[in-house]
Amino acid sequence: MNDCILLAHGSGGRLSHELIEQVFAPAFHNPLLARMDDSAVLPTLPPGARPALTTDAYVVQPLFFPGGDIGRLAVCGTVNDLAMLGAQPLALSAAFVLEEGLPLPDLQRIVASMAKAAAEAGVPIATGDTKVVEHGQADGCFITTAGIGAIPAGVDLSGANARPGDAVLLSGTLGDHGLAIMSQREGLRFEAPLASDVAPLNGLVRQMLEATPRIHTLRDPTRGGLATTLNEIAAQSGVEIVLEESAVPIRPAVQGLAELLGLDPLYVANEGKLIAIVPEPDAGAVLAAMRAHPLGQDAAIIGRVQAGRSGRVSLHTVLGAHRILDMLSGELLPRIC
Amino acid sequence: MKYVDEFRDPAPAQALLARIGRAARRPIRLMEFCGTHTHAIFHHGLRQLLPPQVTLLSGPGCPVCVTAAGDLDRAISLAGLPGVTLATFGDMMRVPGSHGSLQAARAGGADVRVIYSSLDALDLARRNPERTVILLGVGFETTTPTVAAALVQAATEGLTNFRVYALHKLTPPATAAILQAGEVALDGILAPGHVSTIIGADAWQFVPRQFGLPVTVAGFEPLDILQAIADLVEQHEAGRAAVHNLYPRVVRPGGNPTALALMARVFTPAVADWRGLGEVPASGLVLAEEFRRFDAWPLLVEHGLDRIQAREPASCRCGDVLRGAVAPPQCPLFGRVCTPERPIGPCMVSSEGSCAAYYRYADAVPERKDS
Amino acid sequence: MCLAMPALIVKIEGQEAQVELGGVRRQVGLQLVPEARVGDYVLVHTGFAINVLDPDEAAETLRLFAEMDALDETGEDEAPA
Repeated sequence: MNDCILLAHGSGGRLSHELIEQVFAPAFHNPLLARMDDSAVLPTLPPGARPALTTDAYVVQPLFFPGGDIGRLAVCGTVNDLAMLGAQPLALSAAFVLEEGLPLPDLQRIVASMAKAAAEAGVPIATGDTKVVEHGQADGCFITTAGIGAIPAGVDLSGANARPGDAVLLSGTLGDHGLAIMSQREGLRFEAPLASDVAPLNGLVRQMLEATPRIHTLRDPTRGGLATTLNEIAAQSGVEIVLEESAVPIRPAVQGLAELLGLDPLYVANEGKLIAIVPEPDAGAVLAAMRAHPLGQDAAIIGRVQAGRSGRVSLHTVLGAHRILDMLSGELLPRIC
Repeated sequence: MKYVDEFRDPAPAQALLARIGRAARRPIRLMEFCGTHTHAIFHHGLRQLLPPQVTLLSGPGCPVCVTAAGDLDRAISLAGLPGVTLATFGDMMRVPGSHGSLQAARAGGADVRVIYSSLDALDLARRNPERTVILLGVGFETTTPTVAAALVQAATEGLTNFRVYALHKLTPPATAAILQAGEVALDGILAPGHVSTIIGADAWQFVPRQFGLPVTVAGFEPLDILQAIADLVEQHEAGRAAVHNLYPRVVRPGGNPTALALMARVFTPAVADWRGLGEVPASGLVLAEEFRRFDAWPLLVEHGLDRIQAREPASCRCGDVLRGAVAPPQCPLFGRVCTPERPIGPCMVSSEGSCAAYYRYADAVPERKDS
Repeated sequence: MCLAMPALIVKIEGQEAQVELGGVRRQVGLQLVPEARVGDYVLVHTGFAINVLDPDEAAETLRLFAEMDALDETGEDEAPA
């Protein structure tokens, strides 16, 4: 095989088939994919379950970062979008847009990482596609994944379900992913014991739903961070949310880098964390279930939902003041002022 | 974080607030000149905690906000020149000029890079000898010496593809201009702690001497700011006017002599155009003769870009806000047309702009009117 | 206008120092504080140390806060806060 991706790898001819046979198929091997038909045939849903569908495109730079890579992100992000609806993933698809000249070992590394993440989530990558564009037209590699999942009967999670009195829980430390990526940005040159938290959350979600099916909302605070995600939920549900600054878990290195760059960890992306909005009486049980899972060990109750100014999210600071947490405007950029 | 966490301790904060409450018998109006103070005050919700007699006004302390529209337009046009890489601090990216921002210019194909340090700009120049790397030099006396150090380094290395578009400004002249104008009634000044670490606490002596107002040189953690306010209130009530350095852990009376010497070697004071203040004599910096070859200005002249006619957005009252003459909600565009998502003027874009702070904060305390 | 954080100098190489804050490390320029030594805390702004922190002054400031806090607890509490 050549040592880098060529335009011909995307043309559907012999090189394309070589790429599938020698890179994708061995890594993703599963019965659904093995049939090599134009579409993958999925098993019937369990009785009472509803299908859920989600898709996302992944364009992260750098492709490889501490704690993960674009491949892991592409699998976990889609698995997590399904998990936030309580759906266990049934199958994923993966479409690649590769830049001519991408070193083949890089692709192999990405694909291996996707296989590993998919195995952690217990989901097959059942079908895919590859296109190749000219040098300079894609940042190395873009990946779009779609996922189908099954929402069990009796589970109804939605951003519109938050109710006054509910507890707001967070599964762990904030800002790890975004700041790990930021520390690798060209020119910033910070060395930090930071790693992306990118992980599939469907196992954690299953454990939480076993503790109680009465969870109202689950959402993962990705782009825009915790603050933006809570704003979305508050608006959807027509409620106000108040957070306790002292309760929000943040690693010292995340806090340190954020302070140096003038960034607020509440607005930084997370890829392995979730927010759960839970009726107050069930909060203890859900928290215990989270803490019993490897991905929820630092879980904490960080706030509450109240009736009030619909769509407003505020932070009760350690000094006892209230600060409004608006949605993120624009990009998160390092500042000097 | 050592030397940070201790200064965020809530317990002494309550004691300081109580002290302020006891001391503030009459209404008192204080101006803080540093955008980082504006941001910190908003971030910790300090206005809410202060007794209602204390009014905090923001002055022109945001170097992003006070960059004149024409200067910003010129910076953006430099980015569009062939072969140019414009290196800028992140703060400037979203500020709208007459025809878009640096961010928009980048989207349109201009080579604009966000840097954390002026040394990163030098690095870009070294690694890309075929490009002309222009550092957008914005910032007050805290940042200026760092750009000066980069220029000395560039000279030592004999770099020929590195330039600086110098828009640096000096804070004491702007402070004097505001106080001279007497547009806003003030009872005390919170002086910028990090600018003062460079220029020294003594640099503020002109305020009590010429204007009879007390000054506290203040740090940026909540306890630093509250202590500074408490001191100003007490000075005011006692009829005293002196400079009190309340940030002695990093501010000395004479500042940082090495930094000052470096600044004096690389830059020369000149008149500068401040948004909101107009032209203020000896308040800006141009490159000294020895470093003139690093000036980006000739590139502007060469391409006929030096005489750009800037268009100030109609009805934008950023200038008035910067002088403390008007509170953000009094601007007709505030919150309706001008929001953090779609900012019309820099005061709404900058992380430390008054309008941005007010937009996000004031909502929490609807009955408070800071005007 | 000036985001600057105190960080500990862990190593010096010529005009550059490696500093550390909360476990995060970076190279910073020492051009503005040639007198800085390993073990000093410096204020870091845009990749430069801009001044050396005086630990005695820091301790004194904190002592004043503690003293005031103690007074506040034992003293009158009629302040309208």
